[in-house]
Amino acid sequence: MQKKEKNNSRRNFLKKLPVLALGTVALAGCSSEELDEFFQQNFRTLSKAEKNDIVKNLEKKYSEKYGKEFVVSDKPATEGILFGYALDLSRCIGCRKCVYACVEENNQSREPQVHWIQVLRMENEKGIDVHYANVHYNPDLVPEKGHFYMPVACQQCRNPQCTTVCPTKATWQTEDGIVVVDYNWCIGCRYCMAACPYGARHFNWGEPNIPDEEVNPITHYLGNRPRTKGVVEKCTFCIQRVRDGKYPSCVEICPTGSRKFGNLLDPDSEIRYILENKRVLVFKEELNTQPKFYYFFGV
Amino acid sequence: MSFLRFINGSFKIIVNGGRVYYSCIFFLLVLIVWGALGYYDQLQEGLIVTNMRDSVSWGFYIGNFTFLVGVAAAAVMLVIPAYIYDWKPIKEIVIFGEILAICAVIMCIAFIVVDIGEPLRFWHMLPIVGTMNFPSSILSWDFFALFTYFILNLVIVTHLLYKQFHKKEYNKSFILPLVLLSIPAAIAIHTVTAFLFNALPARPFWNSALLAPRFLASAFCSGPAILILLFQVLRKTTKFEIKDEVIFTIAELMVYAMFIYLFFTVSELFKEFYSDTEHLVYWEYLLLGVEKNREIVFYSWSSIAMGFTAFLLFLIPKTRKNLLTLNIGAVLIYFSVYMEKGITLIIPGFTPDSLGQYLFYVPSDIEIRTAVMIFSGGALLFTFISKISIAILFEGFSIDSLQKKSVESNTQTV
Ligand code: SF4
Ligand code: SF4
Repeated sequence: MQKKEKNNSRRNFLKKLPVLALGTVALAGCSSEELDEFFQQNFRTLSKAEKNDIVKNLEKKYSEKYGKEFVVSDKPATEGILFGYALDLSRCIGCRKCVYACVEENNQSREPQVHWIQVLRMENEKGIDVHYANVHYNPDLVPEKGHFYMPVACQQCRNPQCTTVCPTKATWQTEDGIVVVDYNWCIGCRYCMAACPYGARHFNWGEPNIPDEEVNPITHYLGNRPRTKGVVEKCTFCIQRVRDGKYPSCVEICPTGSRKFGNLLDPDSEIRYILENKRVLVFKEELNTQPKFYYFFGV
Repeated sequence: MSFLRFINGSFKIIVNGGRVYYSCIFFLLVLIVWGALGYYDQLQEGLIVTNMRDSVSWGFYIGNFTFLVGVAAAAVMLVIPAYIYDWKPIKEIVIFGEILAICAVIMCIAFIVVDIGEPLRFWHMLPIVGTMNFPSSILSWDFFALFTYFILNLVIVTHLLYKQFHKKEYNKSFILPLVLLSIPAAIAIHTVTAFLFNALPARPFWNSALLAPRFLASAFCSGPAILILLFQVLRKTTKFEIKDEVIFTIAELMVYAMFIYLFFTVSELFKEFYSDTEHLVYWEYLLLGVEKNREIVFYSWSSIAMGFTAFLLFLIPKTRKNLLTLNIGAVLIYFSVYMEKGITLIIPGFTPDSLGQYLFYVPSDIEIRTAVMIFSGGALLFTFISKISIAILFEGFSIDSLQKKSVESNTQTV
């Protein structure tokens, strides 16, 4: 065991050597924290201790920046849990409450604006057809006659295209089924955005902006911690909440109760009940992405 | 010691030239500075200064990258006919083709670097120091292929020039296999680049098996076009000798490539328009525009018009064998392919986006300036390397000439 660790550290050292050489040239004149951040490895290859250090540093950094106490969790998946989601198309009224609850919970940039949830207004006569969909609808009152609404965020595919194409393994599917991004490892090539069939991935085109008083300080490393410009982000089923046994924000806020969430592996869960008793569909099934996000008609 | 002298000598070659040469260099330097000032803004503000957004998440940069991969690939593919027809001077054709390839690959990498959000993290996609997603990500493949290709060409060109510089015969058993290997490598870089777009089911516009063949065919049109023009310039200004027949044969081969390209495109269009599925929307945006939004219609039709004119000019023997009309054709086909790869290949893939929403994208000023910076930088690099090579190949710049000079200067100081 000891021997193995020793080998490991040697290998790690060797691994870092060329980067060190490269980095000294590129980054002469940076503070040591910036250097540490620059040399930080892919989250998935880090040891528990390294993760702890990183998380502590981030908490300090964010607390200073936003002037409030921050928690950055790195809580891993729990065995026996596979998260699933179901959305009742017959109940959704297109009020976009979920969109803004998500923005607040997950520290999405206000200006430039980032929305993880897009609500598509569909035409009754056309059915589910994105070519007749509109996300920029803006009436005084919803729902509008002749339309129904279909909110779309990351479908948490079982067979995700986004993780396949990522050249750096900066995005992956965790054991509980959530597809996450390591914002410190993503290089911002946006290949994943080209590959995602649901427009679920969003890029920080400029420096993200959140007013200090609105920032949510309870965060997860792979979820809603504040991001920087130049990286990709996406819905994580509120990883910071659901790994603590809470519902995602959008489920809680929805005034019509259209949103259902639970553990697909638990036979008594609400999500299982829906799969057994309602007829469900998945979006763009022909692409074989196999979403864990289902749509159904409850009434 | 002799290497230092080589560097010194090369430097002198680069800085010496006629008035035309100086004004070209000056012009390129001005463009580079002008572009770099724009790019500096992008480094400060982020990619928000481009017109790309979540809907159209790749644009002009990736288009240029794709185009230049084609140039890099085609420059070397010219080596095949050069061997088959035993063109003289084959060595020089290989050398200039590969110098062009080297510069094009450098520009490709530059376009990727300006496109990514965190350029300093580039090493994350390398093996060992980073976590390369190989073999799963085609971008890793592409990087790998481009890198191999770059090294291959660099070794060949350096070896040929080095031997010539030392007045020795080049090592044929070493070079020939490498040259032959660079041909499949050239095909590989372009195929892999097509696969980058091709296998994304989320983007029906690219999701066609004909994409890679079309890429190759179009590259066979644009790459040789540059070389035809280049050979004529070299022939005028240096001792480089190339017969008209060789140029006409290259043009003839280009006609085949153009015809195949045309055929592939017609097949694609037939399939899309006759089957009339929802995937037609991308083609409609490309060729007709959506309602009042005709941003790229101009480019698609001028690309078609220029390509077609060039095809006719190259097809009719009389105009093909007339250097003036031939050159017009070469310029036309070059710009036709440039517009196709640079603009009309990438943008319709995202218009409408995967949720059916339209963002009408045209490159921003800063995107254009950054592209100008990279193209001028590439052109400058190409000029310098070519100038040194010309000196070595045709003007007797060699180890002897350097030694003679140093002996002379020594005796002078004594
Ligand atoms: S919806 Fe898009 S981002 Fe989410 S897992 Fe599927 S491919 Fe990835
Ligand atoms: S943008 Fe980031 S997460 Fe997406 S493919 Fe590129 S490196 Fe991976």
